[in-house]
Amino acid sequence: MGLADNIDIYLALAGALFAIGTFGFLARRNAISMLMSIELMLNAVNLAIVTFGAFEPALQGDGPIIALMVMAVAAAEATVGLAIVIAIFRNRRTPLVDEYDAMRR
Amino acid sequence: MRAWLYLIGGLVAFGVVATPGLLVLLFFGGSSDDVMLASLATLMLVSGIAVVTMRDIIRCGLAMIVCFLALAGIYVILRAPIVAAAQVIIYIGAISVLVLFAIMLTQDKIAPARLVFQTQALPAAIAAIVLAVLIALAGVGTDWPGAVDRLSIATVAVANQLFDEYVLPFEVVSVLLLAAVVGGVFLAKREPTRRDEDSV
Repeated sequence: MGLADNIDIYLALAGALFAIGTFGFLARRNAISMLMSIELMLNAVNLAIVTFGAFEPALQGDGPIIALMVMAVAAAEATVGLAIVIAIFRNRRTPLVDEYDAMRR
Repeated sequence: MRAWLYLIGGLVAFGVVATPGLLVLLFFGGSSDDVMLASLATLMLVSGIAVVTMRDIIRCGLAMIVCFLALAGIYVILRAPIVAAAQVIIYIGAISVLVLFAIMLTQDKIAPARLVFQTQALPAAIAAIVLAVLIALAGVGTDWPGAVDRLSIATVAVANQLFDEYVLPFEVVSVLLLAAVVGGVFLAKREPTRRDEDSV
């Protein structure tokens, strides 16, 4: 049984990519970097979904369809998220999230 | 001089990506799928780390495209070509362009900020590593029932199921995308002055 036929490899890979995205979301200062990290996390989840679709006979057709739905929702999320970032940037003149402190003062 | 630096950098990057594949080929005697998976996984993880750690955000966006492309290759290895094609079209074609445009609209001349990370970067790194280990342990430790060898996913079967059993989610997604387009235009357009509402 080769490396590529092992479900654990793909799941560990998806977990690693999700953790990278989590780190980026928590640690970056730039709002667009945070959105890119969210995209990484969505991709990690998609990889796990397609993996289950490819390895579980009961999910053979459903996995890719759910992954396609996730992609469509991710496209909608990116559109609205980036529009919100641009709207905030127009008001505050900065993309750095730690300078959005209007609610703290 | 700079061209030589780029050439050397490209060679180093190629070596980093090709080495795991060669190692798998030499020590495990893997098939071509194994070699491709090792190289693509390395490319995906390295470019993913580049997305979250690089200083210049436009390079983060370009590294994100590389990450998506490697993931599309992994979908091909998983024998889901329809998902790989959708990955290239939607993520690389649409979302990456959107992100790059947003970067160009929001960065000023002093673009690379002095501090890339917030103050809680170190706890975030620890939390992310713990999360990765936990997910890997849970995934490896679980005995997935019925998990057999890779099944190839026929595009025709996906299409039949999508337009038969999943036709309602398909239509709902089209409404969602329309709402997102309208919402994006509404949020990003310049706010008009609301004099008449104030006077009421």
